[in-house]
Amino acid sequence: MATVELHGETARAIVHDADQPRDSSVAYFGADKPLKLDAGLEFAPFQIAYKTYGTLNAQRSNAVLVCHALTGDQHVASRHPVTGKQGWWETLVGPGKPLDTTRYFIVCANVIGGCMGSTGPASTNPLTGRPWGLDFPVVTVRDIVRAHAMLLDRLGIDSLFAVIGGSMGGMQVLQWAASYPERVFSALPIACATRHSAQNIAFHEVGRQAIMADPEWRGGRYHLEGGNPRRGLAVARMGAHITYLSDAALHRKFGRKFQDRENPTFSFDADFEVESYLRHQGISFVERFDANSYLYLTRAMDYFDLAADYGGVLANAFKRSPTRFCVISFTSDWLFPTSESRAIVHALNASSARVSFAEVVTDKGHDAFLLDEPEMFAIVRGFLEGAGKARGLGHQP
Amino acid sequence: MTRTGEIATNGAHPSTSARVDLLLVSEMVESGARVLDVGCGDGELLRILSENRNVDGRGIELSREGVNECVAKGLAVIQGDADTDLADYPDDAFDYVVLSQTLQATRNPRIVLEHMLRIGRHAIVSFPNFGHWQVRLQLLLFGHMPRTEMLPYHWYDTPNIHHCTIKDFRSLCKSVNAKMEKAVALNAWGTPLRLNAPWWFWNMFGEQAVFLLSRSS
Repeated sequence: MATVELHGETARAIVHDADQPRDSSVAYFGADKPLKLDAGLEFAPFQIAYKTYGTLNAQRSNAVLVCHALTGDQHVASRHPVTGKQGWWETLVGPGKPLDTTRYFIVCANVIGGCMGSTGPASTNPLTGRPWGLDFPVVTVRDIVRAHAMLLDRLGIDSLFAVIGGSMGGMQVLQWAASYPERVFSALPIACATRHSAQNIAFHEVGRQAIMADPEWRGGRYHLEGGNPRRGLAVARMGAHITYLSDAALHRKFGRKFQDRENPTFSFDADFEVESYLRHQGISFVERFDANSYLYLTRAMDYFDLAADYGGVLANAFKRSPTRFCVISFTSDWLFPTSESRAIVHALNASSARVSFAEVVTDKGHDAFLLDEPEMFAIVRGFLEGAGKARGLGHQP
Repeated sequence: MTRTGEIATNGAHPSTSARVDLLLVSEMVESGARVLDVGCGDGELLRILSENRNVDGRGIELSREGVNECVAKGLAVIQGDADTDLADYPDDAFDYVVLSQTLQATRNPRIVLEHMLRIGRHAIVSFPNFGHWQVRLQLLLFGHMPRTEMLPYHWYDTPNIHHCTIKDFRSLCKSVNAKMEKAVALNAWGTPLRLNAPWWFWNMFGEQAVFLLSRSS
């Protein structure tokens, strides 16, 4: 029974982190500050966990919001309190990096529905004193952005110098530019789309079904009844992880190499390196992520369709936008292919917005935005330099 | 129309290394204007325009290397194709739409020019003149496809699929109802030809030409 107990401990740790995140600041919003949800209700109270890096200048003009992806969190440029790993975007964010923490004031907040300190299904429902579970309302990308706008109000930041993010983070960037054009001086949506495609939704559904098929999911009540759908969540992660990589990258990394053996074992053991790698990805993911959060956030992405909110015409989402855009895609990203970024660019052109668009050559697939891609760094750095000049940002904060 | 004499060319500025035709184009653009540079290459014209003319410049470039270089310089440039992507822009989005040394490489120069005049209040087009005497001479005397400093390609590897002469371009302007506001022809040394020279002289001795056009009302 030792394993069961261990599972329970992970689940309890996740609930603890959801309520009292480590190494993070937390903004509380009471009943007087409800979050208006697309689902049609006002949600209160709630909290947003966030991290900041650098210093806000006297004019409050150098703030940059970094939006995290599906399984990311606020620990963008500092050690993760659960995994002990470095920040998920330390390649891009830090002193002297393209998102230079000596020049910009970086804010990164956990999304609503997440499990690292912003209110989500693993958080405690104040009415019952127990985790929300599936009683938590379904949230959308627009709800996520609305909650973060409330955080920035709280921090006294009226206007962001830049909003940047990849994948689901990129969706938030686009939503920011559409919902709050006057608050966004420049926007960098990376490896994303204005809507989730049928294929994207299909992959997410496979992940959700894997979680729900795990008996320990218990109809989403595992935090209440004990257990943790680790296997289901791990399988969901394994499937999703394949979509983040390219065929070429997988082949380059693993090929058909065997894992610690010379010959096949004629069993269903992880003979191949790629199997072992995926299993590791799945197992390490469940240590830090809540299965219900995964359901909620994949749903938020599925529901994202920016054009639909603007009469089916994407260009209307960016009408008379004062924002400077820098759209970036990657050649081998088949989850959010370049054609999706091109659609964003077309819409921005049709609304006469100021847009740059670059496609970075890489074989690393969708994950490329998180990896060491010097061409992307040069583009982000150059774009922000230009925007900084236009914003009147000096070289010192 | 007038063939302008107000333009300072690099003949007067030997110190600058910028391409003569780009300087000519930049002299045709009003300060503070909104400009779309179609086929902007490494962004040299956009740089000149923003430094000398304080314009709000955007660019379209076909080559990925060119685009990424431009964006890293802070220029608003997208990867795209003059033949397919101009259709996305709304009417009157820009004060000037510039096509420098690219018209002859488009699949449908007439449609490209029409889009330029729709998107911009003005269009500025520069192109190598296929009527230049050296070009004519090579075909006439030697019987092979001409290769010059401006047109260095072989017939089989050239991106230039729609060559035209200054005369041809003028008749295209007429047929799309474009008003010719200014024109300059440069000889092989990058010096503007005499303004009072007849058109046939331009067509014979102009190695390249720059036209400022607008929609006829």
